[in-house]
Amino acid sequence: MPNFFLDNSDLQFHFNKLDIKEVVRITEVDYEEAKKYNYAPVNYEDAIENYRKVLEVTGDLAANFIAGRAADVDIEGATFSDGKVAYAKGTQENLKQLSQADLMGMILPRKYGGLNFPFTIYMMAVETLSRADASLMNVFGLQDIADTIKKFGNEDQRQEFIPKFCTGENTGAMALTEPDAGSDLQAVKLQAYQNDKGQWFLRGVKRFITNGNGEVHLVLARSEAGTKDGRGLSMFVCRTDKTVVIRRIEHKLGIHGSPTCELQFNDTPAQLVGQRKFGLIKYVLDLMFRARMGVSAQALGISQAAYEEAVKYAREREQFGKAIYNIPVIANMLIEMRVMLESNRSLFYSAAKSVDIKEKLEEQIEKLKVEGKSFSEENNRLKQATKIANFLTPISKYTLTESANKISYDALQIHGGTGYMKEFKVERLTRDARITNIYEGTSQLQIVAAAGGVINDVMKEFFEAKEIHEYKGGLTRLANHLKEIREIYLDCLKYVIDKKDTSFQDVAAKDLVELYSYLYIGYLVLDEAEIESKKIFIANRYIINSLANARKNAASIKNELFSDLLHADKILV
Amino acid sequence: MYNSIVLVKQVPDTANISGKVMKEDGTVNRSKLPAIFNHEDKVALELALQVKEKYGGKVTAITMGPPRASDILRECLYMGADEVFLISDRKFAGADTLATSYVLSEAINKIGNYHFIFGGRQAIDGDTAQVGPQTADKLNIPQVTYAEQILDIKKNKVTIKRKIDGGHEIVRAALPVLVTVIKEAADPRPFSAKKVMAYKGAKSLTDLEKLTEGNSLLYTDTLIHEYKERNLFISTLTMDDLQLDVDRCGVKGSPTKVHKVESVVLAGGNQTRVEPTKDGIGILIDKLLEDHILG
Repeated sequence: MPNFFLDNSDLQFHFNKLDIKEVVRITEVDYEEAKKYNYAPVNYEDAIENYRKVLEVTGDLAANFIAGRAADVDIEGATFSDGKVAYAKGTQENLKQLSQADLMGMILPRKYGGLNFPFTIYMMAVETLSRADASLMNVFGLQDIADTIKKFGNEDQRQEFIPKFCTGENTGAMALTEPDAGSDLQAVKLQAYQNDKGQWFLRGVKRFITNGNGEVHLVLARSEAGTKDGRGLSMFVCRTDKTVVIRRIEHKLGIHGSPTCELQFNDTPAQLVGQRKFGLIKYVLDLMFRARMGVSAQALGISQAAYEEAVKYAREREQFGKAIYNIPVIANMLIEMRVMLESNRSLFYSAAKSVDIKEKLEEQIEKLKVEGKSFSEENNRLKQATKIANFLTPISKYTLTESANKISYDALQIHGGTGYMKEFKVERLTRDARITNIYEGTSQLQIVAAAGGVINDVMKEFFEAKEIHEYKGGLTRLANHLKEIREIYLDCLKYVIDKKDTSFQDVAAKDLVELYSYLYIGYLVLDEAEIESKKIFIANRYIINSLANARKNAASIKNELFSDLLHADKILV
Repeated sequence: MYNSIVLVKQVPDTANISGKVMKEDGTVNRSKLPAIFNHEDKVALELALQVKEKYGGKVTAITMGPPRASDILRECLYMGADEVFLISDRKFAGADTLATSYVLSEAINKIGNYHFIFGGRQAIDGDTAQVGPQTADKLNIPQVTYAEQILDIKKNKVTIKRKIDGGHEIVRAALPVLVTVIKEAADPRPFSAKKVMAYKGAKSLTDLEKLTEGNSLLYTDTLIHEYKERNLFISTLTMDDLQLDVDRCGVKGSPTKVHKVESVVLAGGNQTRVEPTKDGIGILIDKLLEDHILG
């Protein structure tokens, strides 16, 4: 029987080399819950075995049920009539099975009915399910909403909202975007006000709300009347009732299974989550962090599916008396896709682990605070971990979602005219991929988010340690290429800083961020090549390609490519 | 409250037969075939679980087979069975449907306290569809085969829609009853992640004996005790446990004898053209009678 977890050799590679002992120890509070729950692990090995088994269940559902429904989900799509949204039949069946399989509360605590899994494992499940049907991620991946309530809500709110997420009875929506507040969330207008008894109400419109038909909404709203920026915004949670009106759903290019709603809140009773004024600057940023990883996993799943379609088609399709797989130009495209896919996955699971470490350290510190113990060591580690996660998250989002577009584009290209037709899966994958580098922060905004880390050389210690490491024989050449890329980066960085021109910095940021990502990913794949011989091919092509790209990026920065921006009005006549 | 016993079987995955699986003499090399849960038995388990959810009660799954059949018993636990039994003994090997139904019916008598026995219509390896009916006969209880849907259970009667050629019929039977189901009867639920984690380590006696074989520090009895404490012991019923008549078990108790296995290679070739005339048809009928295909 096919299984999207077991048959994905590269995902298996990453699962088998998982090194998340500390993350699991903190998640499992020293394995204490095993006394209370027969499905809680007794030690690290047991926990890993649990993750493996549950990912097998996920892979089975993905391959044998969800994938088969994806085409119909795409054709039928979510529908809207009489103010109500209905999922496509296949989506309904998918959600029913995921609920029966206890997968809807993967990262939520056991005491609310969840599985209490680390974020990294959850991301593996999102990748696996997205490969079968990308649009399903937009419901499955919203467990993060319950997780946000867990982190920032009070105990009453946790008990009220989280259990029904775990059983699958409730799904949620993050109501952030408004007609005039897209990338710029500081401009959110939706009003939150209190009556004399202190009860909060919400009034206003939210737009492009993924799964806005869900039962629970996390709403970013202006609680401080008269303010104009992010500091006047708070986070609220409310249930769908007759005051929440769905005005329409969007007709989209892709992810048809996921309803995108326009919501009107007409004096909807709501509860404040956490502290006032921290809505955007703390809670949404935290939520977006994980949501961006979720979209990266979605992109990775689409890339995997598109790559497979391309290889399959190339093997079957005969032209000029042979399978087109045997035509060097096609084989080269396929290798290019595979290298992109595998290097993406290396970056992604490294980033997922960094998010896990950051979040678990935060949890640990909260616990130590409550116990009145010292936490200065943890705090120092958290600072470093946060820097790294803050850098790797946007880098992943940028790299993986752009790659999903490139991989599905090339997969369609390999299909030729056939790929342009609806009958083949690759057409849907190409459409589904297109949203990933737009929502949860466009690629351009990911560059902005990563730029700080790149300018401050946040991975400096990591790179310096790698540069003195002696790589095995043939890998030395590749290690030297990476050293050269680092010199190019440092040279470009100095050039950008010395220029003291913020407009120039803004446009050069893309080249600089990319340069830095080549380095980080380059060392990841090089390290993998040391432990797995098959990975030598990946490292070889990735690093040689990166060196060429690095030189190009440097030329863009140093040859004044962007000097014509001053004359934009003359050019864009 | 209605208690159910579900008959399940581990079968070779005939949907994935590759060149390596068929031996030259036309028999199947079982070791090359992955073993899976017979699908219709999974449907039977689903139906039993639905009865439990609606009316309360207990679901017990049993299988007769070699030690590795404990794999599907674990899967029964993953789906929600309350208890499972492995009916296993070297002396059961080579059983045909008569010997199998004898052992199963005795095991069911030993487990007792049931209202329903559910099983798949047939297993994909033997395709006989005889074990269910023969078991009912030996237990001297009514049987409903080819069940499509349970319409209603009231007091001690069940109403079932069953498939017949060209349609269906609705029958009522007194409990306890044995029901064999077709695949349309239900969609088996996926494994529950929590149950998978809880029961992944469930082991049968043979599984535990294997653990002790390679490790002189482990004792089977201690392990059994430990696994029972943790609710992870898959009980095994052997010939002795069931006090069976040895002559009715395994090869000895199986009157079915395989006369010959022929490897039939289907290939085009010798074609004879028959003219669509009265004479032509006459010649065709004569030829078919001659080859014993007709008559």
